[in-house]
Amino acid sequence: MLFLLIAGVIGYGIGLGLDTLIMKSVRYSAPVPSAFALLFAFTAFFFGIYGYRGITRGLVYQIIGTLVGGLVVTGIRGLMGLSLFGGFFFTEPAWVFGGIAGAVSFLFGVGVMSDWVKWARGMDTPEHHEDEPGWEKYFDVSLDHKVIGIQYTVTALFLISVGGLFALIFRTELAASGLQFLNVGMSLFGQNGPQLYNTLMSLHGMIMIVSILLGISGIINYAVPLLLGAQDMAFPRMNAFAYWVSVPASVLLLMSLVLGGFDTGWTGYPPLSAKAPVGMQMFFLGVFVAGWSSILGALNVIATVLRMRAKGMTAWRLPIFVWAAVATSIIALTATQLIGLSFQLVMFQRLLGMGFFDPAKGGNPVLFQHLFWFYSHPAVYVFVLPGLGVISELLPVFARKPLFGYRWVAMSSLGIALVGFLVWAHHMFTSGMNEYLRVPFMYSTLLVAVPTGVKFFSWVATLWKGKIETPTPMLFVLGAVLVFLFGGLTGPPNATVSVDLHLHDTYFIVGHFHDTIFGGFVFPFFAAIYYWYPKATGRRMNEFWGKVHFWLMTPSFLILTFGMMRIGLLGMRRRIADYDPALGFDFTHLILTICAFGIATSVLIFFINFFHSIKHGEKAEGNLWNSRSPEWQVPSPMPAHNYDVPFEVVGEPYDYGLPGSKYVEFVGEKSKH
Amino acid sequence: MRHFVIVGILVIAMAVLTYFGLNAAGLMPEAASLQAGPIDWLWNLEVMVISFLFALIIVPMFYSLIVFRRKKGDMTDGEHIEGNARLEITWTVIPLFMVAIFAYLGAGNLAETRRIDPDAMVVKVTGIQWSWKFEYPEYGVVSDELHAPVGRQVLLQMTSTDVIHSFWVPEFRVKQDLVPGRTTELRITPTVIGDYKVRCAELCGTSHAYMEKPVIISSQADFDTWMSGQVALAAEAAQTPEGRGQALVAANGCAACHSIDGSAGIGPTWRGVAGSQVALSDGTTVTATDDYLYSSIKAPQSQIVAGFEGQQMPVYGFSDEQIADIVAYIKTLR
Repeated sequence: MLFLLIAGVIGYGIGLGLDTLIMKSVRYSAPVPSAFALLFAFTAFFFGIYGYRGITRGLVYQIIGTLVGGLVVTGIRGLMGLSLFGGFFFTEPAWVFGGIAGAVSFLFGVGVMSDWVKWARGMDTPEHHEDEPGWEKYFDVSLDHKVIGIQYTVTALFLISVGGLFALIFRTELAASGLQFLNVGMSLFGQNGPQLYNTLMSLHGMIMIVSILLGISGIINYAVPLLLGAQDMAFPRMNAFAYWVSVPASVLLLMSLVLGGFDTGWTGYPPLSAKAPVGMQMFFLGVFVAGWSSILGALNVIATVLRMRAKGMTAWRLPIFVWAAVATSIIALTATQLIGLSFQLVMFQRLLGMGFFDPAKGGNPVLFQHLFWFYSHPAVYVFVLPGLGVISELLPVFARKPLFGYRWVAMSSLGIALVGFLVWAHHMFTSGMNEYLRVPFMYSTLLVAVPTGVKFFSWVATLWKGKIETPTPMLFVLGAVLVFLFGGLTGPPNATVSVDLHLHDTYFIVGHFHDTIFGGFVFPFFAAIYYWYPKATGRRMNEFWGKVHFWLMTPSFLILTFGMMRIGLLGMRRRIADYDPALGFDFTHLILTICAFGIATSVLIFFINFFHSIKHGEKAEGNLWNSRSPEWQVPSPMPAHNYDVPFEVVGEPYDYGLPGSKYVEFVGEKSKH
Repeated sequence: MRHFVIVGILVIAMAVLTYFGLNAAGLMPEAASLQAGPIDWLWNLEVMVISFLFALIIVPMFYSLIVFRRKKGDMTDGEHIEGNARLEITWTVIPLFMVAIFAYLGAGNLAETRRIDPDAMVVKVTGIQWSWKFEYPEYGVVSDELHAPVGRQVLLQMTSTDVIHSFWVPEFRVKQDLVPGRTTELRITPTVIGDYKVRCAELCGTSHAYMEKPVIISSQADFDTWMSGQVALAAEAAQTPEGRGQALVAANGCAACHSIDGSAGIGPTWRGVAGSQVALSDGTTVTATDDYLYSSIKAPQSQIVAGFEGQQMPVYGFSDEQIADIVAYIKTLR
């Protein structure tokens, strides 16, 4: 903590000095000192707890890389006779090149490339790298999928709290009409109040999206090899690379806040994004770099599932979560490029004056929206399919009954993934695209309701006549079903074009998608953490506080989204810092803000429970949930290379209630009988 | 069997309660256009189906949670039911039909809202960061308010000078983006006399929240009175440079950023600016002469007033004469 403070002050001092030098006036709340303070504090934090290796070295390399990259471009500009410095210290091209150089330097610094570098130089490396024991392995490069899964999960939780904090700030501003503290007079990071509101709101969106991508990677990385009976993922080094690339991406995203911010929402529509401050470029870069994580991770999942299943694990005997992971990975592998590409085009438009989306140069702003949504709609299914998989995976365990219609549930995931590619333009019903296109997109969008319905009906049928237990993971599963139901039911009205003309860009949409994301990701994510936590640590999280977390978060969240939808229908627009008091929304907004703090409190309780239980949780080394799944047939925590004895699949995964049946049998087990 | 009967009754009761509950809460704002009719009709139909589906899932789920919960001490598993292909086909095929029906209804409904009236009054709409400009070609009038007579279709031909905006009056339901470099259309037939507001629905930058202007629907007679007043005012204003400048300022929404009463805004206030000493962001100070004011409008980013570094004033396509008129107007603001 002390390191954090001191380094923050030093960084601020250096930044302030540089800024004063260039701008010839002292600007205390200017972007550059803040950027330096952020980077230094971040680095020092890890130095303080971990020393100069692993992540700390990566961050130091990133800072140096950014500065060197920026200075190189500045030098070239000097030779060309262009201006050297701007209001953000470096000029925009220098920041962009510096950002790329910094991200690449991070990867070398953290050491995730070192095996590849050695191979390129003709040197041999061992097949496995043994990790340090204890918590320290999580701060360095590890090739163990379980360590990487936990690294992903913890990074996701960190980003969720950052994104949530941003939400609390602007939610507080919205508690009453008028601008209270984010007003025109204030100035922070070179932005006035409404601009800062826009930046926080936009970053809330993208940081949450990145945290979701990391969160699903966390569950998938941890669970899939265990469920398959594999020793690790198919490509352990690429797996580590996919995780570590997300760290500099997160740093870039956070830097966009202090480098002038950006006011476009997470969608970054030009021409607005072509005019925004340099923070926009950091945002584009951050998303671009994070995209690599998603693409490479997805490739790894597909290869692992195709090649590394235990003996006897045929397609129809795969755990249902694996089906969901595959469906998600197909989308992430093939669609993520489009968001990277569309942001890259805007980046080039800004840097090189290429007029892709500039009407004055014959460009077309609507084209961007097509490119963007071609990823960003399927991305929604990337977010929710693993969560729906968690629901389907855990329901049978706690209902003590087979998953109803296993094959239908498995195929519905693939169905959603495939139909998801054909619906993107439903985000553009009011955009001014060709009018006749709206009708076919209405048909395809409504079609998504069919496989989603199959899932709901199958879940309810799974519960029917079960023997239902409700420990914390099951509570979150049931909460997920309920919340996702509200998200699902409020979807079709947006698909019918004429009704969407009213609903588009209002708080109705905001409420709708928060329901789908909470039901499809947040609740299942918490369920998965409560469920697999004992597997990872050998201890379980506190049950009482887990239930407090659930019973505080669920009602707060439901009121929050119902309130959003209600005022949305009545005329509350999306993404506004202030609203007309004549609309009479003040009271509702106050309630919504209180609910937001309710959710934040519940998540804080979760965090304390999460970290406290690592050392002080109740011991849980056996088959805590009485599950049939292979990972629960061996003692917790899982050994470094997973199963000491390989297993063979001899039955159906979810045959609860069928006496004498077994899903897996460990080799040699039979002869003991 | 007993379970199914109870659940069946509860589902129906729940569906009816949900639907009437939602209706009693009043979901939509007042409907004030012809286009709102079919939209509200379809929405109502959707709320009905949503209420039913909600009950269909929620009732058996909570029923199971209560009736089929594990009793204390019971360590047995539930019934071994793996699935039922006939049931799965049912709940795939019926939704498929419903989807097709709704898409068909939706297409007809969309056509309904797009119905063309050849007598429509044309209004040219321009979105500007962060204001609206309405031109009435039939009358040669420009205003920052939308006035229209009740009962006559208005054809809005819309474009933007800078970024994407979106035209939305919640009471009229329909919404359409304004895209720079092209013209989009929206048809609205107001049916209720009253004062509304157009609110920009597409994030357009710093003052997006305040991009609202009055929309006034009145009787034909009141509309004609207002319009002739505007025509007279425009004619009078056109006589002097200050008057022409003031009209340009009003039509282009300059007041969205620049106050004329000295209060703080996104841009510097205009009150008393002419002839004053202006501190610039590079540390220098200049006197606000006519030339300075001219260049500040012509090339806004060339000299930035201290404290406004983060702002990006758009370049407006004013002619030199128009800028001179605006400068003349600014000089009247003492």
